[in-house]
Amino acid sequence: MAMREGKTFRYSNASILSYASVAGKIESEGPYGDEFDEIIEDNKGGTETFEQAEGLFQQKALQHAMDKAELTADQTDLVFAGDLLNQCTSSSYGLKDLYIPFLGIFGACSTFAEGLLLAGAMVNAGYVDNAAAVTSSHFSSAERQFRFPLNYGGVRTPTAQWTATASGAAIVSAAQKPPFIRAATVGKIEDMGISDLNNMGAAMAGAAYDTILRHFRHMGTSPESYDLIITGDLGQVGTDMLCELFKRDGIDIEKKHKDCGLLLYDREKQDVHAGGSGCGCSAAMMCGHFLKHVENGDLKRILYAATGALMSPTMVQQGGNIPGISHAVEITFN
Amino acid sequence: MNISNQEYGELAKRVSPPSSMTKTIPMAFVIGGAICVLGEALLNMYQALGFDRDNAGALTSMTLIFLSALLTGLKLYDRIAQFAGAGTLVPITGFANSVVSPALDFKTEGFVLGLGAKMFTIAGPVIVYGISASIIYGIIYYIFKVLNGYV
Repeated sequence: MAMREGKTFRYSNASILSYASVAGKIESEGPYGDEFDEIIEDNKGGTETFEQAEGLFQQKALQHAMDKAELTADQTDLVFAGDLLNQCTSSSYGLKDLYIPFLGIFGACSTFAEGLLLAGAMVNAGYVDNAAAVTSSHFSSAERQFRFPLNYGGVRTPTAQWTATASGAAIVSAAQKPPFIRAATVGKIEDMGISDLNNMGAAMAGAAYDTILRHFRHMGTSPESYDLIITGDLGQVGTDMLCELFKRDGIDIEKKHKDCGLLLYDREKQDVHAGGSGCGCSAAMMCGHFLKHVENGDLKRILYAATGALMSPTMVQQGGNIPGISHAVEITFN
Repeated sequence: MNISNQEYGELAKRVSPPSSMTKTIPMAFVIGGAICVLGEALLNMYQALGFDRDNAGALTSMTLIFLSALLTGLKLYDRIAQFAGAGTLVPITGFANSVVSPALDFKTEGFVLGLGAKMFTIAGPVIVYGISASIIYGIIYYIFKVLNGYV
């Protein structure tokens, strides 16, 4: 089988062996709260700081995934890990005690798809027997780094998104059983001219549109080919924009489209404004919910396009925009 | 991409919901006003206790700052602020909150490089430009006085 279709990678020998998710208290109160493997109610998870807690989330998610696959850390060949903090703090500090060969990656909130794509490629190429992808985000550590202190009485705008306190991990191995990773398209950096820090959905929608469209073209597919097209965390604004962008091309994506940022929380009851975001948002939704339904065959073919805002507070302060990126991974039952 | 950034920006604007001013402005008025009423009550109380107007004013500010810091520490101030908006941001209580909240947050990085260094990340610019503005105002005031022959 060809290794590529246009510029989309094709995988013939990669499946998701196991997956697990860990979520925080607010996430556990959302509509999918009972689907996560572990809930850590304490914002600091019993550690001293939010950053340590986020590392713990990641460590636990990976540990759960390894347990399900009956793998020890020694038997795990490689891990791709990422988060939102500078220097991939939560990944490197959270996973350091596991002694698994480690590659830190950054794609903002798109990182989980990036990890799956890379893990699939390494397994498919035969360099490793298995490779894990794990990402996390934590509301409090992200707020501290990117926005305002936690107890500062600033008001969020309706377009702002809520960084999920969650982590998801998946272990990819040679194809044995569904979910299979069948194809992946690497995203391009898209600067759509958006500079509003409180409107990440708008910054990312263009990237999602471009990657999904390229994936369709290379694979010769359309929205009808999939049971679901799942974006990472576009939120309400980004979702509306994505549908609108496809509508301009005469493609109706709305019926097939789901956005993890809109699913993770109950936006009527939980004060999350435009929806969830963060590396942990779509990772937890994929590992907590969607992969289960691909594994049992409810979903036969899904396209997971995680989206990331490659935002640098420094560059935005210097008058720069917020570039977006989106990586797509096609996951199937057959 | 088959869409220009300008067109994209217009689309973003169209689908981005604005803050609901019919909700935010009355809430800011009511809660901000309530804080001012509390200030007046405190001022009257301190005057009734025998303090002169200047000292009663200073005590009122101190009390409001203390209450704001306390509510920030109890994680209540930001919750009230979600409804109050500018109503809790503009009064002196908002200023206290902007100093106390980073101080609490960055305590984990130590008392010097964390708490001490980060305490004024929000309030710092307000202080810098507040003082600068008052100096410029003072100079203009002085010039007018000179021109009018008062000095």
